[in-house]
Amino acid sequence: MKTLESVLIKHPFFENLDEPYLKLITGCAANVKFESGQFIYRQGEEANQFYIIRQGKVALEVCPPGKTPVTVQTVNEGEILGWAWLVPPYRCHFDAQATELTRAIALDGKCLRQKCEEDIKLGYELLKRLLPAIGRTMEATRLQLVDVYGKRD
Amino acid sequence: MVPRPFRVKTVIQETHDTATLDLQPENPEEEFSFSPGQFNMLYVFGIGEVPISISGSSNGSDGFFHTIRDVGKVTHALINLRPGEKVGLRGPFGNPWPIEEGKGKDVVIMAGGIGLAPLRPALYALISRRDQYGDISLLYGSRTKEDLLFHPEFEIWKKKHGIQVKDTIDTGDRSWKGNVGVVTTLVSRVSFDPSNCIAMICGPEIMMKFSVLELVHAGLAEKNIYITMERNMKCAVGFCGHCQFGPAFICKDGPVFRYDRIKPFISTREL
Repeated sequence: MKTLESVLIKHPFFENLDEPYLKLITGCAANVKFESGQFIYRQGEEANQFYIIRQGKVALEVCPPGKTPVTVQTVNEGEILGWAWLVPPYRCHFDAQATELTRAIALDGKCLRQKCEEDIKLGYELLKRLLPAIGRTMEATRLQLVDVYGKRD
Repeated sequence: MVPRPFRVKTVIQETHDTATLDLQPENPEEEFSFSPGQFNMLYVFGIGEVPISISGSSNGSDGFFHTIRDVGKVTHALINLRPGEKVGLRGPFGNPWPIEEGKGKDVVIMAGGIGLAPLRPALYALISRRDQYGDISLLYGSRTKEDLLFHPEFEIWKKKHGIQVKDTIDTGDRSWKGNVGVVTTLVSRVSFDPSNCIAMICGPEIMMKFSVLELVHAGLAEKNIYITMERNMKCAVGFCGHCQFGPAFICKDGPVFRYDRIKPFISTREL
């Protein structure tokens, strides 16, 4: 059976991270499992964790009042779910629901946040890794807003 | 330059605004052939003429499939034609997808919206000689699940021909269990060797631009990426200049271009 550290060390998000930091992060990690349809977090909740999806798929939904929920993004195997744990006010912005059996590594964001405050290098390392993921999400959102497949005027 | 008469054999309603016409030559003696990526000029008598990519060969006959989205007066008339009705056809025009160049390599096909139509014959050509290619991937993005083209064929391509098919939509509801997000997010979800791979992309220009960036980020050389361009066409044989794109005419020098050759013109606003 693979240890959490052996899984984390191979993940691109933690590539080339100093070993002591990896050990520290492993100490904040746990294996979790979500059944299809189970909510991982709800919009407005405290964002105290983030996840590395090992298997399955998670839908990020917004639920406009009086309307049915809309899925705006899915997060798949190998990808990171959640970044609000590192950005004030540390609240989830969407509902995250597993659309199939999903296994993940949950990382204690609240704990890591504190460690980042104490060790600026760790904070920088994590931000350096998280920022490209946030940037990609923002870029994708802009493309979705442009509605590239919609009819032209 | 003179349109040849074709008759509509069947109309396949693909989505709420897109249909495929199976067009048969009125004179069965005439021979027609095409290469994947080429297009025909379809003329609805009394209304007008538009360029439409060929989306496949008609089964067991000499005709062509044309998959058409209702975006204007002529395309609206085309998708509302009924079996037996007549259209004028000029073509095929343009240069094809690099099917031969892909031999011995992995192939990544990226399509957005109606852009899957011109790529379907390329996929058929690869499948017909499946053993001559490495990993083949189809990455397809669409607006909603209702807009997905040729969806029933996806399972056949996956299971029968070993194609890595990944599709995604821009927004979905809970009835959709697949991917939601832009097509570029699918690149990392398929396996290919970027040092021995060619890519073919068709879709809106913004989608193609970001798809190229993602493929280059994955290690593909720009010279191994092919895209298909679209501009207002009139004559389709390089005389009128309507479809001029930098030094090239889309109708004659395209519509399929090697990316590195037209890269300087892609981001020029006036073009």
